[in-house]
Amino acid sequence: MEGSRYKAIGVVKSVIIHSFLMSVALTCLFPLFWMIRCSLMTNQTVFTDKTLIPRDLHFSNYIQAWVDGGFGIYFLNSMVYTVSVVVGIVLVSSLAAYAFSRLKFPGKNFFFGMFLAAMMIPLPGSFVPMYVLMTKLGLANTRIGYILCMISVGLSVSILLLKTFFDKLPHDMEDAARIDGCGRLGIWWHVALPLARPALAVIVIFNSLNVWNEYILAYLLLNDTSLMPLQRGLMVFQGTYSVDYPILMSGLTIAALPIILIYLFMQQHIIKGLTEGATVQ
Amino acid sequence: MSVVATNPTHLKPRTLIIQDNLKNLSFIMPAVILFSIFYIYPFFEIFRLSLQDWNGISPDRSWVGLANFAELMKDKVWWTSVWHASYITLIALTFQNALAFALALACDRQIRMKKFYQVIFFLPPVLSEVVVGLIWQWILNAGVQGGQQIGILNYWLVQSGLPGLVNNWLSNPETALTCIAVVHCWKGFGWGFIMLLAGLQTIDHQLYEAAKVDGAGAWSTFRHVTLPMMLPVISVVVILTILGSMQVFVLIKAMVSQGLGYHTEVPVTRILLAMQGTNRFGYACSMGVTFGIILVCLSLLSKTFGSKTKQ
Repeated sequence: MEGSRYKAIGVVKSVIIHSFLMSVALTCLFPLFWMIRCSLMTNQTVFTDKTLIPRDLHFSNYIQAWVDGGFGIYFLNSMVYTVSVVVGIVLVSSLAAYAFSRLKFPGKNFFFGMFLAAMMIPLPGSFVPMYVLMTKLGLANTRIGYILCMISVGLSVSILLLKTFFDKLPHDMEDAARIDGCGRLGIWWHVALPLARPALAVIVIFNSLNVWNEYILAYLLLNDTSLMPLQRGLMVFQGTYSVDYPILMSGLTIAALPIILIYLFMQQHIIKGLTEGATVQ
Repeated sequence: MSVVATNPTHLKPRTLIIQDNLKNLSFIMPAVILFSIFYIYPFFEIFRLSLQDWNGISPDRSWVGLANFAELMKDKVWWTSVWHASYITLIALTFQNALAFALALACDRQIRMKKFYQVIFFLPPVLSEVVVGLIWQWILNAGVQGGQQIGILNYWLVQSGLPGLVNNWLSNPETALTCIAVVHCWKGFGWGFIMLLAGLQTIDHQLYEAAKVDGAGAWSTFRHVTLPMMLPVISVVVILTILGSMQVFVLIKAMVSQGLGYHTEVPVTRILLAMQGTNRFGYACSMGVTFGIILVCLSLLSKTFGSKTKQ
């Protein structure tokens, strides 16, 4: 008797817990579902038809968004920015992190402290002098200017992450490579970088998300539509006087889908990266 | 060759050591150069500019001392914008973090579909603020066409017999800021959830066993075991929530692009307006510096509070 009562309480408890979790999960999913659903309607039905799954699905909206809406160009720009910034961050930060972890040179603590301090101090409004500087250097409204800015944004966190990873790594492989006549640069490229793959995965994922989703600097630095990334392009499209909602929703899906797919494939890495960060602190 | 490399440094000639140092130093040079130009220089420049009166173009910048700051102290709109950001932050600290903690507690046990919940809850945080803002702006749309609500939220309210609750969510000054805060929480809670769940899973289960043996109930176990063990993680979540929510801007721009009088102004929109709208770069920088100091104070405050309650 006692046992079955406990069991009943357990069932009720798990029903309550699951309905709580499920309702929050639905709240997370519904806006995304609604975005995709509205991206497949016409400009007339989108205002009146409220059925969850409409009968006629207009996939041609995506072609229209890609070509006429300019989202094709924005998408390619976002790809270019994301890939070049991430490659830049991986190369520059791994070189520096390797040196901070393994090599001896004067001013090591000073320079490392500089990168650490940058992570600690919040600097709202730093985009004002950044904008002034880019205009002065003639790098405003250029791809390279935006890429360099974004590399420097992701640099300090990446260096810190990689340095802690290198610190935990045994030296044997590097010593072996050195005895085989490998130089410092060779050891970095052939030994340290391949070994750091788990940490590099975290850096690649988080910086990709960061660049793909960035808005403020893209807004300040890029004026030509041909240079704009997706986030900026979406706001430009939305700012036009008559908004074509199905096309806007198609554009939003184009901007969100790659991120969602990458996230679903990489979620263990992402969650692991985050939780490691949390437990370290 | 290997003999030279494995030799102890003190046997090397001086020039070789210098050469060695320079070679090693060159590893960090790309990072240091990029960082100096695009981070260190703007960092000092923002302080210098905050003491100047400059329209962003003209070659002459005049030093005005602390005049920008003096003006800012009396700028009512600025302090209202700080209050708006604080309001969003307060809602994020209470509602968002309470929700995240409750969800983390619910998932910190043998439960089916734990993985599924984790993946779904972290979906909104990976989306951009522009995407989130524009989707929600569409959901909260208050337009009417042919006697029917356009936005799905108002439509549902009418359908479920609550037409009294239909509202101009984003253009009504009384609800706009709260709507933004709720969407901000929607976007952010999953991130707090993941961090708190990770913290919960590091707690040694023997502590719970010991509490049970001592006859502690669910509440006192939570109060005397879970909460104290979680304080370090909670304090990290609190600080990051404050820093993230105070600087909210893109979400607001995406949700109320037209602007709404002064009802949805936050510090970052003020800084941008001073810079682009009125071409007062010095004044914009004095806002940035003031706001930065406020943020540093807030995070120091929550840090000391976190370590105080620990004892």
